[in-house]
Amino acid sequence: MTATPPVLRDEELETGRPLEEPGSHDNSVQIWLLRLASALIVPAVLVVFFFTFEFLQDPATNKVVQVVVAVIVGVGGVWLLYWALDRLVNVLPERAGVGVRPFVFAGPALMILGFYLVYPTIDTAVTSLRNASGDEFVGLNNYTRIFTESQYLVSLRNSVIWAIVVPIVCVVVGLAVATLADMLPRKTENFFKSLVFLPMAVSFVGAAVVFAFIYSFRVEGFGEQIGLLNAIWTGFGASAVDWMRVAIWNNLFLMVILIWLQTGFAMVILSAAIKGVPDDIVEAARIDGANEWQVFRRITVPTIASTIVVVWTTILITTWKVYDIVAVMTGGEDGTSVVAERMVTEFFTFQNNGVGAALAVVLLIVVMPILVINIKRFREQEALR
Amino acid sequence: MTAVTEKAPAVALSPKDSRESFKLAKFPVYLAVLLIAVVWLIPALGILVNSFRNPQAIQSAGWWTVVGELFNPETWTLQNYSTVLDQGFANAFANSLAVTIPAVAIPITVAAFAAYAFAWMDFPGRNLMFAAVVGLMVVPLQMALIPISRIYVGLDITGSFPGLWLAHTGFGLPLAVYLLRNYMGSLSSSLIESAQIDGASHFTIFTRLILPLSMPVLAAFATLQFLWVWNDYLIALVFLGVARPDNNVLTVELANLQGQFGEGALNLLPAAAFVSMVLPLVVFFLLQRYFVRGLTAGSVKG
Repeated sequence: MTATPPVLRDEELETGRPLEEPGSHDNSVQIWLLRLASALIVPAVLVVFFFTFEFLQDPATNKVVQVVVAVIVGVGGVWLLYWALDRLVNVLPERAGVGVRPFVFAGPALMILGFYLVYPTIDTAVTSLRNASGDEFVGLNNYTRIFTESQYLVSLRNSVIWAIVVPIVCVVVGLAVATLADMLPRKTENFFKSLVFLPMAVSFVGAAVVFAFIYSFRVEGFGEQIGLLNAIWTGFGASAVDWMRVAIWNNLFLMVILIWLQTGFAMVILSAAIKGVPDDIVEAARIDGANEWQVFRRITVPTIASTIVVVWTTILITTWKVYDIVAVMTGGEDGTSVVAERMVTEFFTFQNNGVGAALAVVLLIVVMPILVINIKRFREQEALR
Repeated sequence: MTAVTEKAPAVALSPKDSRESFKLAKFPVYLAVLLIAVVWLIPALGILVNSFRNPQAIQSAGWWTVVGELFNPETWTLQNYSTVLDQGFANAFANSLAVTIPAVAIPITVAAFAAYAFAWMDFPGRNLMFAAVVGLMVVPLQMALIPISRIYVGLDITGSFPGLWLAHTGFGLPLAVYLLRNYMGSLSSSLIESAQIDGASHFTIFTRLILPLSMPVLAAFATLQFLWVWNDYLIALVFLGVARPDNNVLTVELANLQGQFGEGALNLLPAAAFVSMVLPLVVFFLLQRYFVRGLTAGSVKG
């Protein structure tokens, strides 16, 4: 049976958005139960299939087999399931079908999001109000500890320094490279930009290893310095330094790793924005006698200001949640701990669920304004459509 | 930066002409860009050179000392790579593939259906639910670590690949739904309406019309998600490696090796690091265009 073609209304043609179809806002209990059921089936089948079939759990199973089965079930199987459910909806009475069908499409994603993000967020918030083992309610005690005990204050301090330094350096260097490269012929420009962009493909752990060979240190008498930084440093006649143990400054050396990774991101996005600055404005300014610096300062930067803010906030969020670099390079020793790293240590090493959860909540609260702004911006865009 | 101060010539050149003239005046610009590019390249170059050197040489002298013996055949060896692959990195490479391929394929499928519904179907709470998806993009995945690992331990599924596939699906979905929905929503509505008039169902429109048209954004998200899953350390460490070390992915294995720095692992680290980087670098070079597009579109993500 094919669905009857909906009759188009003038308003629909004008706005380009589907208008309310009859039945789609039917809010009776039965319809909601059908909606819920259709949303649950896909995730449920995935879970049942993945976790009840022993061969997927068995480490002895050939990995190729596991991957092939996973892709067939995860894509082909799920696809078939969506198709079958869609067919089932056709059997429903017209009104009910129109009301349920969107949930066949969107429901599975919403269910998975609910399980992996919404529920855990609530659960973590509740856990943060309980003690280490989670069996006793302690109010805001975990939070008072975080904001008074020196071990946590160090993590907070470092995270704040990271969040201030890294995004600014990335944006400034990224903007500089993007602007300078824009003056070069297209091919040269793309070549240089690829070089700076390259680290975007490297994992944080990989980057940590890369920089371990820059910061490497050997006590004098135990061989030549194979770390680049110490080779240069001792080349100037100074004695070798264990860079990862120099208080406060070691944080900066760790930040360099993230800057190395993220500047390419800033550069690529800003470069695209610079290319979007209208040429006639730039030309007009040059004819009026503006030099390149004035063009950059008075025209380019103001025009791409909103992009700069977006890049800055994106890197800010990445920086605020940084874990891998610190965990791999220092494990948070010597005053280099950050909040996200401390959170994992509390939870997995010290088995302190309460404080671990509270630290996660601190991570969330700081990005909360960005979350609200994103939603607000989205709603404004929608209002314009 | 003040090098190019000449006034534009009175005769109007096309914009790109005036940008590309005055070659000599651009010398400082070349120099500055070259300098930054070299600074950016040196760290990676060091480790690449080291990975092909003799183990003893790596231990005893910095990588830059090869400059004097570039053409000495005894300088170079593949020994580190074969040692590293034998010591678990071949297995870890397979594990990374086993984690990454389904963890890219599954979220794309689920997100595509949802994105279509958000773009072209009407249902109660649609805008509210989509606003929630936009909000979830910023939620740090650290919020999920404690509850999900508790559930996984309870169900005894830590250390299994499926647990990781679904976790990556959950964490990748907000961005996927957001990107795909915005792209699908921007497709021409008259196209979809004419298909509806011809009697096509939503399912047909989705599979025959919308999906083929959405290939660029699907490729963009796939590239992003591939790099994100392949390079992930935290999720793999928490949900996989702790419980079943033989299922360790490359990042976890590399971090473990780094933990033994100074205990003789020094000569293995560069080769190990490159084994872990080679696939993302290939993907990066082949699909850079899609990657940039995904980044640009997804730069609202947290």
